[in-house]
Amino acid sequence: MKKDILRIGNASAFWGDSPHAPANLVGQQPDLDYLTLDYLAEVSMSIMAIQREKDPSKGYAEDFVNVVSSLIPFWQKGSLLKVITNAGGLNPHACAKACAQILSQAGCNHLKIGVVAGDDVLLILRNQDQPSFNNLETNEPLKKNRKNLVSANAYLGAKPIAEALQRSADIVITGRVADPSLTVGPCVAHFKWEWDDYDRIAAATIAGHLIECGTQVTGGISTRWMELPDPATIGFPVVEMSSDGSFVITKPQQTGGRVTEETVKEQLLYEIGDPDQYISPDAIVSFLSLTLQKEGKDRIKISGAKGRAPPSTYKVSATYRDGFKAEAMLGIYGQESAKKARLCGEIILSKVRKAGYEIERFHLECLGQGDIVPGVLHIPSPPALKECILRICVSDHRKEALECFSKEIASLVTCGPQGVVGYTIGRPKCRPIFGYWPCLIDNSHVKPCVEVLSI
Amino acid sequence: MTIEIVHLGKIAYARSGDKGSSANVGVIAYNSQAYEFLLDYLTAEKVHEYFLPLAPRKTTRYELSNLWALNFVLEGVLAGGGSQSLRYDSQGKALGQALLEMPIEIPTQILYRCCYEGEIQ
Repeated sequence: MKKDILRIGNASAFWGDSPHAPANLVGQQPDLDYLTLDYLAEVSMSIMAIQREKDPSKGYAEDFVNVVSSLIPFWQKGSLLKVITNAGGLNPHACAKACAQILSQAGCNHLKIGVVAGDDVLLILRNQDQPSFNNLETNEPLKKNRKNLVSANAYLGAKPIAEALQRSADIVITGRVADPSLTVGPCVAHFKWEWDDYDRIAAATIAGHLIECGTQVTGGISTRWMELPDPATIGFPVVEMSSDGSFVITKPQQTGGRVTEETVKEQLLYEIGDPDQYISPDAIVSFLSLTLQKEGKDRIKISGAKGRAPPSTYKVSATYRDGFKAEAMLGIYGQESAKKARLCGEIILSKVRKAGYEIERFHLECLGQGDIVPGVLHIPSPPALKECILRICVSDHRKEALECFSKEIASLVTCGPQGVVGYTIGRPKCRPIFGYWPCLIDNSHVKPCVEVLSI
Repeated sequence: MTIEIVHLGKIAYARSGDKGSSANVGVIAYNSQAYEFLLDYLTAEKVHEYFLPLAPRKTTRYELSNLWALNFVLEGVLAGGGSQSLRYDSQGKALGQALLEMPIEIPTQILYRCCYEGEIQ
């Protein structure tokens, strides 16, 4: 029977979010229909590309397999919960295989896994020269970075997700899809909305935008975070979607945090550009006609979303190798700590210079002096403030230059000022930098594909 | 008419985040009077100038009167962003808090009406 209200939760905002959150949310909200789990940030794919280079069976968010494991008891007890995730990363089929294996071992052979692929456009970017591959931010041509490309993935929309669900998938594993599409897919599959019903698609897109960052809509990172009740048990969000496209954002009872107009408005504005043109592969959405209404404790109703046809291009998130970086931190305690810290930083850089390396880029910070947002706020150091953290971050295309930097740091413990602390974590690591290259690709180049596998 | 100098955070709250090497800061007024004041007062130029030490290329302001909100997009403000920025805050997470520290000059009468004094519902 078709339910009037569809409940869609989110319990992972990024790769590394709380591993117990999915099972907790399902336990707290047994009537949840869909659980969405987001694992992919802008440069996550580059990390996965390196994992896959080393081992072709890797290249996805392996944490998700443990999440599936934690949900098995619910399925064994007959739960009809469906899970939608982009944990597939660069290798959704390998991710599906790993999940199928543990589900099979647990006797969950009744479940089906949908796999959405076709987002990988690396070969197209490597082999073709198109003006649309110019950097969306700077309009630079891809040319010089083409040979250094590590990953390139189009943000697919909700259509292949909805198709997988309509073909009875219980778990849908995708590669790169637009984050809100994880929510749009189940709404369309359930309510049988038309794909050109842009106002409803826009509503689901906004719902997806609001929950995709997990607890950020239930009070996490909110301005008045200190006033949140019980932040230690902050609840993950749940959308209650109605067939007309209006929806309520809420969270399970007996969890910490809160859902208020404030928390919802803050998350609406998170990482957006023009609020009249929020572009997703399913619709172009306007936030300007939304109305928010308090419906009860921790319940905000949102209606009035407006949408129009999506563009004829997909956004591509590509990454390329762009040298290395290393960062070092040391605590400096005592008189004139900030002055001492800056001088220490300069000493290290001069030592590296004497060793023959003019470091390409470096940045010195005295944390505790307002340097997290450098130069904007002038925090007068009160005489009592006698400590700060020196952070030196350097980047260079020559690994050996950074290794030289890394080896010089420790000398400050003996040749630097009195009160230098914190060297026990060892030499700074030299890590690769992955440049971010956003661009567009014509829809005709991208062929989303859906497979539904039995276990 | 007397003028008071208070922090922006007295009449508004905020959220910031990244998009590549750019960042956005949403500023939301606690009530409609505060929004009306900010609509005139908190211009793109003022915000651009405030964040000048971070060298934004360009600052654009968008108005969301339905939410009593202004969205500022600061292009290129993250010195590369994500993996490329050398800053501790490579993703602009702290920019919201920084903007709420901005001193604003506000007529006392308006401040009296704008201030948020209630508890969270």
